[in-house]
Amino acid sequence: MGEKVFLQGNVALAESAIRAGCKYFFGYPITPSSEVPEYYARKAQEEGLVFVQGETEVACFNMIAGTAATGKRVMTATAGPGFSLGQEAMSYMAAAGLPAVVVEVMRPGPADGEILASQGDYFQAVKGGGHGDYNTLVLAPCSVQEMCELIQDCFELAEKYRNPVILLSDALLAKMRENVELPGRKEQNCDLSWALTGCAGRKHNVMTTCGDGAAQWEKFNLDLQEKFAKIKANEERWENYQTEDADIILVAYGSMARVAMGAMKLAREAGLKVGLVRPISLWPFPVKAFEGLGDKTFLVTELSAGQMVEDVKLTVPHKENVYFYGRLGGFVPSPKEIFEQIKKLGVK
Amino acid sequence: MKTIYKRPEVFTDVNTSYCGGCGHGIVNKLIAELIDEMELREKGILVWPIGCSVYADKYYKMDAICALHGRAPALATGIKRSLPDKFVMVYQGDGDMVSEGMAEIMHAAVRAENFSVIFINNAIYGMTGGQMAPTTLLGQVTSTSPYGRAVASSGYPVNMAEIMANMPGVCYSERVTVNTPQRITATKKALKKAFELQFENKGLSFVEVLSPCPTGWGKKPIDAMKMVDEQLIPIYPLGAFKSPEEVPAK
Repeated sequence: MGEKVFLQGNVALAESAIRAGCKYFFGYPITPSSEVPEYYARKAQEEGLVFVQGETEVACFNMIAGTAATGKRVMTATAGPGFSLGQEAMSYMAAAGLPAVVVEVMRPGPADGEILASQGDYFQAVKGGGHGDYNTLVLAPCSVQEMCELIQDCFELAEKYRNPVILLSDALLAKMRENVELPGRKEQNCDLSWALTGCAGRKHNVMTTCGDGAAQWEKFNLDLQEKFAKIKANEERWENYQTEDADIILVAYGSMARVAMGAMKLAREAGLKVGLVRPISLWPFPVKAFEGLGDKTFLVTELSAGQMVEDVKLTVPHKENVYFYGRLGGFVPSPKEIFEQIKKLGVK
Repeated sequence: MKTIYKRPEVFTDVNTSYCGGCGHGIVNKLIAELIDEMELREKGILVWPIGCSVYADKYYKMDAICALHGRAPALATGIKRSLPDKFVMVYQGDGDMVSEGMAEIMHAAVRAENFSVIFINNAIYGMTGGQMAPTTLLGQVTSTSPYGRAVASSGYPVNMAEIMANMPGVCYSERVTVNTPQRITATKKALKKAFELQFENKGLSFVEVLSPCPTGWGKKPIDAMKMVDEQLIPIYPLGAFKSPEEVPAK
């Protein structure tokens, strides 16, 4: 591990991506993600990076697709409206098997909305915001430190499965400063025989995303589904805190998990047996985290009108035991506010 | 015995999906001949569009990718920035470039990307069945301009070669056509120039090809060739609008 430094989330993420060997960045400025392109632009010369400020997110997402097609590590960072513009290319990259990494810094929608913290883009990231049957891996850190580590994992996962990967951040994580130990330099180590590099000394590679009749295209889709099933089986990530003896289990990810952790402590101090399930991979959703917790009461808290709560209900055996509390518009509840909600559930 | 004509080596055995009398097939063959002659097969990546040439990635024994509709110049930007020493060709039709992807082509020109763009202008949407394009002529009947394209509802045709010539990031812009043997030879010459310029760091090279579309225009192939002369060329004049000699390296 490297030195300990006090860094903003976006900056720490950009530096960790560079250390992961991501030398290509294509982006469009949008709050609250703009420090990522700014950092890449600043470091481009001394680190030998390629930085391009594209004309739109539509273009930037296609640019990262192009670089990913050549087998290089590449990334963009965006927020809400920009992420929406990128969805056409997300679908494309999933079909073409392009291992690009997308950082989505959530802000409250719909539309231009606000530039504060939100988790309202869960559906869009997790359920596949573009057209067709596809999935992207989605990792959600809850601290600047974890953001540094997960962004490096994103590149490896993208290459392992030849699939786009989303790092799902939010305005709070992106803008906060914390002490972090920056991860070390990583080398790309994967098979690149599929990449477009000019076919010197090998058979030519063709990357097509267009169907050629129902039989061919169904086969193509079934192969994709097989890959997604493999990812589901292998890549669940989560952390459980004091769930064993708990009567009530909070479920929260990202920034909201920090608040839930505080609420859990308040509840424990008051003698209430409260635990926390913190999903880290949102797709695949960590189903295994809920094993053995079937008889518990769940309180899902999100900075949304209730999105991840649907996945929790699909996961646990008694969905009538799943409650929800969310804030909208950029409000982040305090631990005390969540604690009050826990008390309302009336479980001892 | 001396070989004076043969099928280009770079071609696969796949049959094209082009209609009889269509210009795409002619241009595709010229590209193949140049790839052979300039020995580009092993050092190039072809970027194909959505449109009638959507299956062209299957016609060449070359690394290739088919872009999203209109996005080929953005995709090619990601490729060329990653592989600046490789040959990158972008091929687009008029619906793809001038409608869906106007922002992408304009900004590839703004950034002076070092790749070649081949633009097939047949003044209509071929693949989707003959609808109006931004390049459709005034008065031209298509399935979405059944009474002829009218300025009041649909504005004016777009002259891409002239627009591109005005962009400082474009080093070469020429309009050609393929409706006579002489013009096919001139088209090949223009394509060759565009390909060579990739390695001179002068920015984007652009060739617009007026292409007959007998099926979309509802004409016999020979009449479609005549329509290029009688109707397209008066609106889309042939010629070089910018010569690379005028443009210094970046």
